[in-house]
Amino acid sequence: MENLTDEKIKTLKLLATKIRISIIEMLTEAKSGHTAGPLDMADVFAVLYFHQLNHNPSEPFWEGRDRFILSAGHICPVMYAAMAHSGYFPVEELLTLRKLGSRLQGHPHREFLPMVETSSGPLGSGLSQAVGMAIAENMDHGRNSGKFFYCVMGDGEHDEGNIWEAVLLAGKEKLGNLIAIVDRNHIQIDGNTEDVLPLGDMAKKYEEFGWHAEEIDGHNVEDINNAINRAKAIPDKPSCIIARTIASKGVTPFEYDYRWHGNPPGSGPTDKVAKDKQTEVALLELKTFYKLVEEGK
Amino acid sequence: MLNSNLKLNTKMFDQDVEQVPTRKGFGEGLLAAGEADKNVVALCADLTGSTMMNIFAEKFPERFVQVGISEQNLVTVAAGMAAMGKVPFTSSYAMFSPGRSWEQIRTTCCYNNSKVVIVGSHAGVSVGPDGGTHQAIEDIAITRVLPNMTVIYPCDAIEAKKATIACAKTKEPTYLRLAREKTPIMTTLDTPFEIGKAQTVFAPEGNADVGIVACGPLLHNAIKTAKDLEEKGIKVKVLNLATIKPLDEEAILALAKETNKIVTVEEHQVAGGMGSAIAEYLAKVYPTKMAFIGVQDLFGQSGRPEELIEHYGMGVKGITKAVEEIIK
Repeated sequence: MENLTDEKIKTLKLLATKIRISIIEMLTEAKSGHTAGPLDMADVFAVLYFHQLNHNPSEPFWEGRDRFILSAGHICPVMYAAMAHSGYFPVEELLTLRKLGSRLQGHPHREFLPMVETSSGPLGSGLSQAVGMAIAENMDHGRNSGKFFYCVMGDGEHDEGNIWEAVLLAGKEKLGNLIAIVDRNHIQIDGNTEDVLPLGDMAKKYEEFGWHAEEIDGHNVEDINNAINRAKAIPDKPSCIIARTIASKGVTPFEYDYRWHGNPPGSGPTDKVAKDKQTEVALLELKTFYKLVEEGK
Repeated sequence: MLNSNLKLNTKMFDQDVEQVPTRKGFGEGLLAAGEADKNVVALCADLTGSTMMNIFAEKFPERFVQVGISEQNLVTVAAGMAAMGKVPFTSSYAMFSPGRSWEQIRTTCCYNNSKVVIVGSHAGVSVGPDGGTHQAIEDIAITRVLPNMTVIYPCDAIEAKKATIACAKTKEPTYLRLAREKTPIMTTLDTPFEIGKAQTVFAPEGNADVGIVACGPLLHNAIKTAKDLEEKGIKVKVLNLATIKPLDEEAILALAKETNKIVTVEEHQVAGGMGSAIAEYLAKVYPTKMAFIGVQDLFGQSGRPEELIEHYGMGVKGITKAVEEIIK
């Protein structure tokens, strides 16, 4: 199983930081959107888009590609940023997010941006679609076609019954080509996930439904990569990676605070940074971090 | 008289007219569609026998997915399969899908424009003894309002089979509405069927006084009404509107211009259903006096199917009364 070289680790860290910078810039320009989830999933998206996904951004509809399904549609800024930086469309287009006529809808719409696999926003439906794709693949090409189906979900999203319907079916169908990744940031709009509707030990729950499941540090690119490699090596079970993350990771004054779930820089909570300073503070910290990584510190 | 060009079943007025449920026509149609196209797949939420999807599942077990009692999963898994090039048919009772699965149908089938055929069986009050919880009478309203969606409601088992085969060849998401009970066969194998085309099934000599537009098995009551009234000297033309969306505007407008009075007949709430679709259209282009036969803002209840049809005013008596009133 391939491990990441030190050079690759550094590259992925830099890319994750670039993605975070783009997220802040696009949300600031849009003046609306979600901050916490996109920021905290940047490391996972860097590993997926720049290492694990078998895809070709210059030929987005290549039939042999892995399929990436974003179930938690509201964190699309991180997906759009990862797509732009990997070459699907120009990075400048990110600043059209949420504007009239933009391909980058507030929640992804496949009719506007056909290179996303599904439209999403209403929570809880992504995993089912990934399950359907994985079943269709097995019908056509058998169980070891080498194509993988990734689905990123939020933890709060697991309040939805639709997800558990899909979890049951994936277990029954022994979908070894299905890899779910959960953003375990412990926040949702109304507060902490364990206060709103306790989710408890999510890995244990998945295991009970016939999945391989493990919890990892969602900010450690090596851990993320190794967990995906292990998931790929299990042929007869779907896999779920619970990525433990810090909400708004990378911008210290925004971290851990559920109030950043659905607010963009410039209109977030003001007890740590004044509204008119939020973008500046965020970009300064991210750019400083980028330099440190670049210099090998 | 019956439109001879359509080669309809001339025995439809007999006491012992052949009766077959539309869901059986679907089951046979799905098998035929599956034989013609290997990409046709079927998914069911624990009602495989009831919805007659078992005919397909027994022949093609490797192309059938049993999702269990989970209608939201049913349609979303199907949307995923459609994204991979499959032609998925999902079946459940209409009350549960599209009833319970509506938002998933909206987002993952229609908003995605994924070609999934949503089959809702056991629609209408004619489900009978199971009672109001199982009688979907809102499903046309909630499906026809969705962009990209086609809505089809066949009048008999033969039309249901043809509609199913036709659905497999379209590109858009489609809702196919079916009934539980055995209902009279009105068409024949030779009757043409095309999605989006209404058919004049009964026409008087010369211009009609009133037009009836009907869909689903209640078309039989509409035709019987027209035949009875013909004997009383009231000229009625009957249109079979098997495709509710897209609406055959040309046929509706022609009927409105000929009669200036239209009665719509459907086993559904009058709010939001087929009659509403016609009213929305005619209000814009040719305001026409209308009456609406259907359930009048009520829930269903237990009873025998024919009793319930009468109770809610959808029998021959109710339709006759509406026609007589509209021409006063």
